[in-house]
Amino acid sequence: MIEFTLWDILRNLLLAARWTIVLSLVSFVGGGLVGLLILFLRISPKTWLNWLARGYIELFQGTPLLMQLFIAFFGLGLFGIDVPAWLAAGVALILWSAAFLAEIWRGCVEAIAKGQWEASASLGMGRLQQMRYVILPQALKIALPPTVGFSVQVIKGTSLTSIIGFVELSKAGSVVTNATFLPFTVYGLVALLYFALCWPLSKSSQILERKLNVAHRNH
Amino acid sequence: MSYQFDFAWASQYAPQIAKGIMITVELTVVGGLLGVALGTACAWSRALGPSWLKPVVATYVELIRNTPFLIQLFFIFFGLPSLGVQMNELTAANIAMVINLGAYSCEIIRAGIQATPKGQFEAGASLAMTPFETFRHVVLVPSLQRIWPALSSQVVIVMLGSAVVSQIAVEDLTFAANFIQSRTFRAFEAYIVSTLIYLALAILLRQAMRGIGTILFPKRAAR
Amino acid sequence: MSLIEITEVRKSFGDNEVLKGINLDVEPGEVIAIIGKSGSGKSTLLRCINGLESITSGSIQVAGAQLLDDELHLKALRLKVGMIFQQFNLFPHLTAGGNVMLSQMVVKKVAKADAEVMARKMLERVGLAHKFDAFPDELSGGQQQRVAIARALAMQPIALLCDEITSALDPELVAEVLAVVRELAREGMTLLMVTHEMKFARDVCSRVVFMHQGRVHEIGPPEEVFANPKTPELRQFIGMVDETV
Repeated sequence: MIEFTLWDILRNLLLAARWTIVLSLVSFVGGGLVGLLILFLRISPKTWLNWLARGYIELFQGTPLLMQLFIAFFGLGLFGIDVPAWLAAGVALILWSAAFLAEIWRGCVEAIAKGQWEASASLGMGRLQQMRYVILPQALKIALPPTVGFSVQVIKGTSLTSIIGFVELSKAGSVVTNATFLPFTVYGLVALLYFALCWPLSKSSQILERKLNVAHRNH
Repeated sequence: MSYQFDFAWASQYAPQIAKGIMITVELTVVGGLLGVALGTACAWSRALGPSWLKPVVATYVELIRNTPFLIQLFFIFFGLPSLGVQMNELTAANIAMVINLGAYSCEIIRAGIQATPKGQFEAGASLAMTPFETFRHVVLVPSLQRIWPALSSQVVIVMLGSAVVSQIAVEDLTFAANFIQSRTFRAFEAYIVSTLIYLALAILLRQAMRGIGTILFPKRAAR
Repeated sequence: MSLIEITEVRKSFGDNEVLKGINLDVEPGEVIAIIGKSGSGKSTLLRCINGLESITSGSIQVAGAQLLDDELHLKALRLKVGMIFQQFNLFPHLTAGGNVMLSQMVVKKVAKADAEVMARKMLERVGLAHKFDAFPDELSGGQQQRVAIARALAMQPIALLCDEITSALDPELVAEVLAVVRELAREGMTLLMVTHEMKFARDVCSRVVFMHQGRVHEIGPPEEVFANPKTPELRQFIGMVDETV
């Protein structure tokens, strides 16, 4: 039997962690773009657009991410597309992130005082101008901490893509475990690597939140 | 597109699905009750507990919140036996869910405790209650009431997250879906059906949490 | 033709009819105080004139611009009437100058340099030229309200609606805001103000409208309305206000 050193294990995990990072970035950025679209539908005064967005959010927040991955993986195949795992993983994670980000941002937009809408309306601004110049600049500020916080959920969410066969950190963990028979060490290291990716983001989200609260109290 | 949907398998595999739902519900109920209990204890120790305990609990909370549930599950089920801790799949899944929800609910409940006006603690103290008595009788219920919506969402998130326990062969709803698709090759239909069941479970669970809330905090219902 | 024509305006919130057929014509240069108990519909009337609330029936016209519930008509109307709010509603992420410049640039497409010149002029007019670069949270309530007035004036409206603009202010800050309004009245600006400042209404306004239960209950020049209230409701209201002052 081949002996594996701790470095052998760690090196393999680190190489795979690159894909966790890439997938997280793609999902977060893509999810942000789609999420912005859903946000605009969600706060639209048109009732049917509003319900469309609500339905979307309910569907993606009310079902397991794992199921969404399975459906993307097997479902897209029905349309005659040969779906590689990375594509299914990307699509599912983008749509899933979009639902959560849209809902987070809606909370931020609604936290802006009604008087801001009224004042800008009374100055003759249209809806898009109100959003662009008055509401979003204020909402962005309070949206930053929870948005950074959500990026941690995205990174953790990518671990599920190992189940449909995308080779990232978790999948590498299973592969290396099967080769070394050292589950305690390997999964321990995998957990620590995830922690190293997530904890700085969690911490910065907390710090941003605290700064924001202090700024608000001084008003 | 010429794909023909086929749900003919549904009646044949209904027992598997029913069993899967039972297990998912069982995991959620056990995880929910024990997880929130653990979270409350941890929230108390982080907010008001002895100083030696605070960093221990903080480390636990940060470790859990910053690692995927899947890895926590694998560590418990595959990793711990090598230290001589043996357990079956269902026990491992239950433990993983309790530990996971415990960490998240700790932070949520702690926020509720910290939002308590200082006067409440002072009033308790002035009535000769110990800090723990003040926490137990004065602070806890209003704190839980304050954060009940956030806690409810977290319980739903944990329920949906339980789908991955199928990966250690716990026979939950996702396991049933995988089983059916492997026998019938009707992957899409099997996953659509189980996804819709999860959606129904999530909506029911949210209603249930709201119901529990009105029972625990009757004042809110009156308002 | 009057500047503002309010004809048979009704407004309901669900089953609750707040305005029960309001008729009011305002001539150019008039300063009108709308008084009445809370819940009498006076703020709702003002908000209808600016299209912040849609009316259930009736019509509102400002210098020929009809109040209709679409973005084009609303914009045309709002370019003619400015509004000042009880809570100031300054944009907290912009400086005082930025607040006054923003809508000029995005709504009227005025070039930045011109908008700035106008902003400085308007801040000067309310006595706050030196606060151009201050953010709202660095200003007192009275100063914030004066910036809000400058912001509305910069759009060059032909009438201003003032919704209890001194009610959120500490007593010592009320005078500086009223002084600005008094100056505007003297310069001939058409003003409609919902107010609790009876002395101000008596001194400055050309007409006083007393609203009661969603209707214009009494209307007339201030000396008449305050000295000889015709209805028991107005008598009671004036008595109540005098006691608290």
